[in-house]
Amino acid sequence: MDLDPEDVFRDDEDDPESEFHQGRDSTKELVVYLVDASPKMFSTSCPSEDAKDGSLFHAAMSCILESLKTQIINRSYDEVAICFFNTREKKNLQDLNGVYVFNVAEREDLDRPTARLIKEFECIEEKFDNDIGSKYGILSGSRDNSLYSALWVAQALLRKGSAKTADKRMLLLTNEDDPFGSIKGITKMDMLRTTLQRAKDAQDLGISIELLPLSRRNDEFNVSLFYAELLGLEGDELTQFQALAGERLKDMKEQLRKRIFKKRKIRRIKFIIANGMSIDVDTYALIRPTNPGTITWLDSVTNLPIKSDRSFICTDTGALLQEPAQRFQSYKSEDVMLSVDELSEIKRIASGHLRLLGFKPLSCLKDYHNLRPSTFIFPSDEEVIGSTCIFVALHRSMLQLNRFALAFGGSSNNPHLVALVAQNEIISGGGQVEPPGMHMIYLPYSDDIRHIEEVHADANTIAPRATDDQTKTASALVRRIDLKDFSVCQFSNPALQRHYAVLQALALDEDEMPEIKDETLPDQEGMARPGIVKLLEEFKLSVFGENYEDNDLTTGGTMTEASRKRKAIADNATKEYSKYDWLELADTGKLKDLTVAELKYYLTANNLSVTGAKAALISRILTHMGK
Amino acid sequence: MARNKEALVLVLDVGPTMHAILPQIEKVCSMLIEKKLIYSKSDEVGVVLFGTEATENELTKEVGGYEHITVLRHIKVVDGDLLQALQNLPRESVDGDFLDAIVVGMDMLIKKFGPTNKGKKRLCLITNALHPIKDPYEGTKEDQVSTIASQMMAQGMKMDCVIARLTQNMEANKRIMEENDLLLRVFSNKSSTKTVYVENPTKLLGALRTRNISPVTIYRGDLELSPKLNIKVWVYKKTSEEKFPTLKRYSNKAPPTDKFATHEVKVDYEYKSIEDPTRVVPPEQRIKGYRYGPQVVPISSAELEAVKFKPDKSVKLLGFANASNIMRHYYMKDVNIFIAEPGNAKAILAVSALARAMKEMMKVAIVRCVWRQGQGNVVVGVLTPNVSDNENIPDSFCFNVLPFAEDVREFQFPSFSNLPSSMQPNQQQQEAADRLVRMLDLALLGKEEILQPDFTPNPILERFYRYLELKSKDKDAAVPPLDETLKKITEPDPEILFQNKSVIEDFRRCFELKENPKLKKSTRRLLKEKPSGSDDEREVLGNGSDAQPMDAIEYPSKIKTEKIGDANPVQDFEAMMSRRDSPEWVSKAIQYMKDKVFELVENSCEGDSYQKALECLTALRKGCILEQEPKQFNDFILHLYKFCQQKDLKSFCEYLASHGITLISKTEAADSEVTEDEAKTFIVKSEQGF
Repeated sequence: MDLDPEDVFRDDEDDPESEFHQGRDSTKELVVYLVDASPKMFSTSCPSEDAKDGSLFHAAMSCILESLKTQIINRSYDEVAICFFNTREKKNLQDLNGVYVFNVAEREDLDRPTARLIKEFECIEEKFDNDIGSKYGILSGSRDNSLYSALWVAQALLRKGSAKTADKRMLLLTNEDDPFGSIKGITKMDMLRTTLQRAKDAQDLGISIELLPLSRRNDEFNVSLFYAELLGLEGDELTQFQALAGERLKDMKEQLRKRIFKKRKIRRIKFIIANGMSIDVDTYALIRPTNPGTITWLDSVTNLPIKSDRSFICTDTGALLQEPAQRFQSYKSEDVMLSVDELSEIKRIASGHLRLLGFKPLSCLKDYHNLRPSTFIFPSDEEVIGSTCIFVALHRSMLQLNRFALAFGGSSNNPHLVALVAQNEIISGGGQVEPPGMHMIYLPYSDDIRHIEEVHADANTIAPRATDDQTKTASALVRRIDLKDFSVCQFSNPALQRHYAVLQALALDEDEMPEIKDETLPDQEGMARPGIVKLLEEFKLSVFGENYEDNDLTTGGTMTEASRKRKAIADNATKEYSKYDWLELADTGKLKDLTVAELKYYLTANNLSVTGAKAALISRILTHMGK
Repeated sequence: MARNKEALVLVLDVGPTMHAILPQIEKVCSMLIEKKLIYSKSDEVGVVLFGTEATENELTKEVGGYEHITVLRHIKVVDGDLLQALQNLPRESVDGDFLDAIVVGMDMLIKKFGPTNKGKKRLCLITNALHPIKDPYEGTKEDQVSTIASQMMAQGMKMDCVIARLTQNMEANKRIMEENDLLLRVFSNKSSTKTVYVENPTKLLGALRTRNISPVTIYRGDLELSPKLNIKVWVYKKTSEEKFPTLKRYSNKAPPTDKFATHEVKVDYEYKSIEDPTRVVPPEQRIKGYRYGPQVVPISSAELEAVKFKPDKSVKLLGFANASNIMRHYYMKDVNIFIAEPGNAKAILAVSALARAMKEMMKVAIVRCVWRQGQGNVVVGVLTPNVSDNENIPDSFCFNVLPFAEDVREFQFPSFSNLPSSMQPNQQQQEAADRLVRMLDLALLGKEEILQPDFTPNPILERFYRYLELKSKDKDAAVPPLDETLKKITEPDPEILFQNKSVIEDFRRCFELKENPKLKKSTRRLLKEKPSGSDDEREVLGNGSDAQPMDAIEYPSKIKTEKIGDANPVQDFEAMMSRRDSPEWVSKAIQYMKDKVFELVENSCEGDSYQKALECLTALRKGCILEQEPKQFNDFILHLYKFCQQKDLKSFCEYLASHGITLISKTEAADSEVTEDEAKTFIVKSEQGF
């Protein structure tokens, strides 16, 4: 129950329709991370930019860790299990060799992530060798088949929960594209067959198996050697997968992070194009502000949750009421009553579908035409075949002609004019950076737009404009202070990180509060580089002239009337202030003999508030003197 | 005098060429008054009509001239009479002189207020400016306008001009029009006048600011380029959603004789332990708990205050980036505007230089903002140049909030180029799409942009205020249908569709849409589990719609509907109910609809199809009342409730309850065995049952 008026993270203007922002995560997800822990994973290095000792194993661990951290914040109802195979030690219900299910106290093997899980997983690499150990699992001469065992263990873990209410997935992270390469003959055939059968059984139970191939430095992960068959990849899918597997190593971590999340749609809507022609599109919330989650109120004595009971009381009589169905608005000095039904009828002006109105050039979409985060739409052929084809055709035309579609729709409760902006797919380093589709941008109405620029405009004065020279120095500055490859969302939210670090520390009873680095601060060092400093100085000189330092004071001549008055009062106060011996007056208790105006000299000169009764002013003065 | 109290004189042209658009003018002026009646009750408004047969104003008595100008209402506090008058503007017969009318309006303001009330006196002129103004006794027309404009400035008056020129009166005299436009431009240049040209009625409704909101800065201080270089800026909201008003709950407990009753309802909260509901927890004994995975971590406000993130108030530049790096869909919220500190010429120059440089180089600035001291978070956003082409208005920046890493969900979607060829448009289809996108153009060159956000009113708010006014006169008034002019916002303009008929038809012909037959099979399987309906009927439902092209479904009148499809169940149902070629259709339609509702409820995933189910159910209820088949509906809904209860779908029951679906009572259909009270309490009862 979130009733807190001063929720620290809420902005003044936050939309009350939080349900809209959060997006609806319908079903929950059960995931088993199957991580190959063979020595090969440690020996092969992954030259990532930040980490020096980036083994593939390390890369896999940090991806999982990151996804756990995100998950506990965003979708803590999802359940996870982390399972290593090709291990020295074994730990699993089936007691199979070479498979180790990692877990912490007070948690089932497949369960919601906890603070402790994250905490211990963070330092797994240090302890890995001691506690779990790495070992080749499939060797000639041994009957052990660690991959088979791993699939079996994972499948057993995923027996929990019904397939109807949960998505079940296995995510296999390995760099071995040919796990049975070292063995030959009949044993190999046998192992191949049983392993594939095991995978197929799992898939038949509604469990999807996904492979996150970790590429090696010099040779590509060859899916067709073994995994294509295990995953059931054919034709186009195979080539697509190959392309992904061959992606540049540099981006691997990021790619893994992306693919660890499964997409969820908000809802399916009809997009009515014209005269009864409508296609199906799915909507997705790709960008929504993440907040620290709802507050559960607790009884501070018992730390047990409490619920709030709402009661309605008539202000006039004090009688207890049922929630009234009537609302009123005072209008023309009387109360006009409207029923709840009538109010919802007023709002019902659209069907909840998306209705195309026409197209406009992209230049008509101004920077200030925005109200909320956009919603992504992607076509679906599931119910109406042909939807995708029409969508793709329109998408291409809009991209080619630089146009967006204007439509009316959105939620049925608060429908809006929306701009549908076609987004072309952007692929970088083999991975998708921007998916193809359309973004629905919520447009303001004329009632929502304010004409601020005109408020201070003065018809008689011509606004100063920068000269070409001034613009030129600005250009040099803009060119120099360049954020190369700036990508939106490269910063994590320091307030949120701080909040969760605090929660984690409290959850685990740690004494020390963790330090969070604020990535959003400007690069001080970079700004202090001589080249930039020089350009800044040039810009300063060209715009502000010689006496920039007086900038704060130069406003005098052009100050508004009110601020001029204020300044005069302050100046006068400073002058008058010196005429009194304040300490003496205070000590002898003679402050009360002064007038309020006189007392205000002291307060104004010391930058204190001048409001309140005389007694309040005196006590404020005394407090300030430290008496 | 109340602060920000505004005095407004509406100067309206009611001459013959204006008749076509007067209904819209009546609407937009009423809206203006309706909002004033709620939000600024002490504002004063006067009305001057010009182009009237008669002449009725003080100037004509005092100095002569000023003919065909009628003061409809002197400047007075807004009230219902004014509204009434504005809703029934006379249609008059003379081509008016707008300049004379402006002078009359100014004269009223000057007489009433003199030089006081600077900046809060406004004139609002609505005309088509198609008719020439009279030649002055001396000097040129331009000189005359100049004099009036500077007088306006001296008196601290502002003016809004709405020049409404619908396409039909475009054959008017070009020369006069151009002359008038030139004169109006003098006003814009020499006084605080804003002129808007309007070509269609929808835009007229959005052209007038109907509510005055005095802007408040959210930040005043430095835009820090580097620790050594700051620019003084003020930040305001540029867009902010005007919300649907929150109405107060009404209590009817006060005796009708009590004149001072407020009728208000106070909402009281009491906190109880969940485990022991009898134990009440005092509000100050509560503590906040935040979810972290399965745990709830309690943190007291003091603790939170001590450890939370506390950045200092500042706006710092992080650097510049290519505009193409910041895609439009990353804008997160409503938009702010950064203007240089007013009156600070150096700051205005600095902002101007940066904005112009950025625009030229297609760059944007990334900034980190903490608006207030003590704010618990930071905002990273993008400044885009907002270069002004009006010489009186300084350059500024638009500010949009960008997402943090946590806010972005990176889902993978299939590439369009990898889709199977059946899902890819062929050349002919692509050409048809190109033509559609090109022809269905809302911003034709040389014409005004249609549905420009800046001039498009919020249809829901319009409807609300209109209804409020209706209700205040007749408390049983029904919600009026959406106004025709506003419909052009929610639906495509029939005229544009008609103009592009061949392009649209061509587009439709090129593509084929059909319902997925495979999906049908799975729903048929589900149907088998249902207790109602006979086998052969289900077959009709299953097979009939397999290969039905979409357009047939949308046009129930052309093809006789025989079943209820997925696309438009309500329409199909209504079409079937109205078939008169056999009495069977009614019972069939009811049966199909029942199956449909079941299907929707049962297959819903977290309530995604509840809305549709509700629509169907509402249609079914209506149909059953019309055809006097209340039992069919009542039995079905009871059955549905039971079913939902068993299948753990009680969220649907709650959904229905919240939308007030009740049994059909005796008063609605004579055959019903349910009394009105029973019908109403039914939901309550069934809820308690769970």
